[in-house]
Amino acid sequence: MILRVSRYRPGVDAEPVFQDYEVPDRDDWAILDALNHIKDTVDGTLSFRWSCRMGICGSCGMTVNGEPKLTCGTFLTDFTGPVTVEPLRGFAVIRDLVVDIDPFLANLSKVTPWLVREGEEPASEFAQTPEQLEAYKQYSMCINCMLCYSACPVYVLNPDFLGPAAIALAQRYNLDSRDMGDRFDVLSSEEGVWGCTFVGECTSACPKHVDPAEAIQRYKLTAALRSVLPFSRRRS
Amino acid sequence: MSYSPPRDRLWFLRRRAYLVFVLRELTSLFVAWSAVYLILLLDAFADGALPAFWDWAGTPWVLALNVVALAAVTFHAVTFLNLAPKATVIRLDGWRVPDFMIVGGNFSAWLAVSALILWVLW
Amino acid sequence: MSPLRRRAEPYLWLLFGGGGVVSALTLPALVLILGVLVPAGVLSRPDLTALLSNAVVRLALVGLVMLALFHAAHRIRFTAEELLGVARWDRFIALTCYGLALTGTVVTASILF
Repeated sequence: MILRVSRYRPGVDAEPVFQDYEVPDRDDWAILDALNHIKDTVDGTLSFRWSCRMGICGSCGMTVNGEPKLTCGTFLTDFTGPVTVEPLRGFAVIRDLVVDIDPFLANLSKVTPWLVREGEEPASEFAQTPEQLEAYKQYSMCINCMLCYSACPVYVLNPDFLGPAAIALAQRYNLDSRDMGDRFDVLSSEEGVWGCTFVGECTSACPKHVDPAEAIQRYKLTAALRSVLPFSRRRS
Repeated sequence: MSYSPPRDRLWFLRRRAYLVFVLRELTSLFVAWSAVYLILLLDAFADGALPAFWDWAGTPWVLALNVVALAAVTFHAVTFLNLAPKATVIRLDGWRVPDFMIVGGNFSAWLAVSALILWVLW
Repeated sequence: MSPLRRRAEPYLWLLFGGGGVVSALTLPALVLILGVLVPAGVLSRPDLTALLSNAVVRLALVGLVMLALFHAAHRIRFTAEELLGVARWDRFIALTCYGLALTGTVVTASILF
């Protein structure tokens, strides 16, 4: 099996170039295992991020044969011919398969992704009913792997767009019965939900079934109704 | 120091889903044409020039354009009614109404409105 | 983004969404009958006099044209910007698209009333 890996060495390469590596065609190997095989036995200079190998840490996202994928969950047996491995699209490449995640982290922090409380702390733990948990649980499964950003043409064209994961995370707290925050001003903007044209590929790309596209469309309706109805609930 | 690729002008050809998305969005051109066609029809009616309008509408290129418009607005209807439940999450007493029921309701409404239009214009 | 455009965006989206629903429900049947079957001679030409003498029907038609045009204007605005990479001229493109939609609505209203 041939792995065509995108290489970029800052200061050496003007732009990324492909390098072919022959790897054993093993049934139980994911793309990440093949990359680690290359790094350990063929070419120690190859750079890429990885950690948990089990789809939880969200650090091994790359573009595999043109699709944004977690390389730990994408297996060699899924392919017949050569497999191209490139860095995630939509982000600047630092080296080889490593991208600059700072813009993504900046977008995440814009939506105050934590429980915002006002007034006194509750005396005991804040109990939730199963229904209250169900309302936001799906959006809390995000592992910040950035596959949805890479799949989103709006984000790739316009890096100012807040993007799928950040808006889904905002909804994770908006729909939490314990949260008292208001994210209207950051979400109801052209860089927020109004920049989305509902391509829907963020949801197809998500390895954790978060459905960011749904989160965005739901908040569009929420924001629109809040803007139009004069007596709607505006907590800020 | 990092590398940022240049803007990909042909991004919509890179994946099948992008192409379907662009085709879905371009149906709006035919939604606009359908509205303009209705305006022309109403204008002809107001001027008492309906026979001339129908003759014009029967010329091959207008008829061909409207056949394409019919395909486009039908594609628009299917995609739009399918995607509507994403924005409208309905909860009844905590129970989330499944998407297929909302979509089923949408398509029933489409059928009912179409039957009404057919009944009025026939 | 200016506060004015921040306030306008939700209304434009509601017009887009409402227009999408109304277009989906009505346009396939209308185009099939008035654009294809009647001009092709399959159906006889309908008598619109009685129908259009009803003010409710005329009002509904103005609403239909308005919503369909604003739906199309919104999508054409964003599609043009995404396909051609001209988002920096958004203000000009938006004014053109929504301006044309508004013009079409006014023309329809002036024809029918």
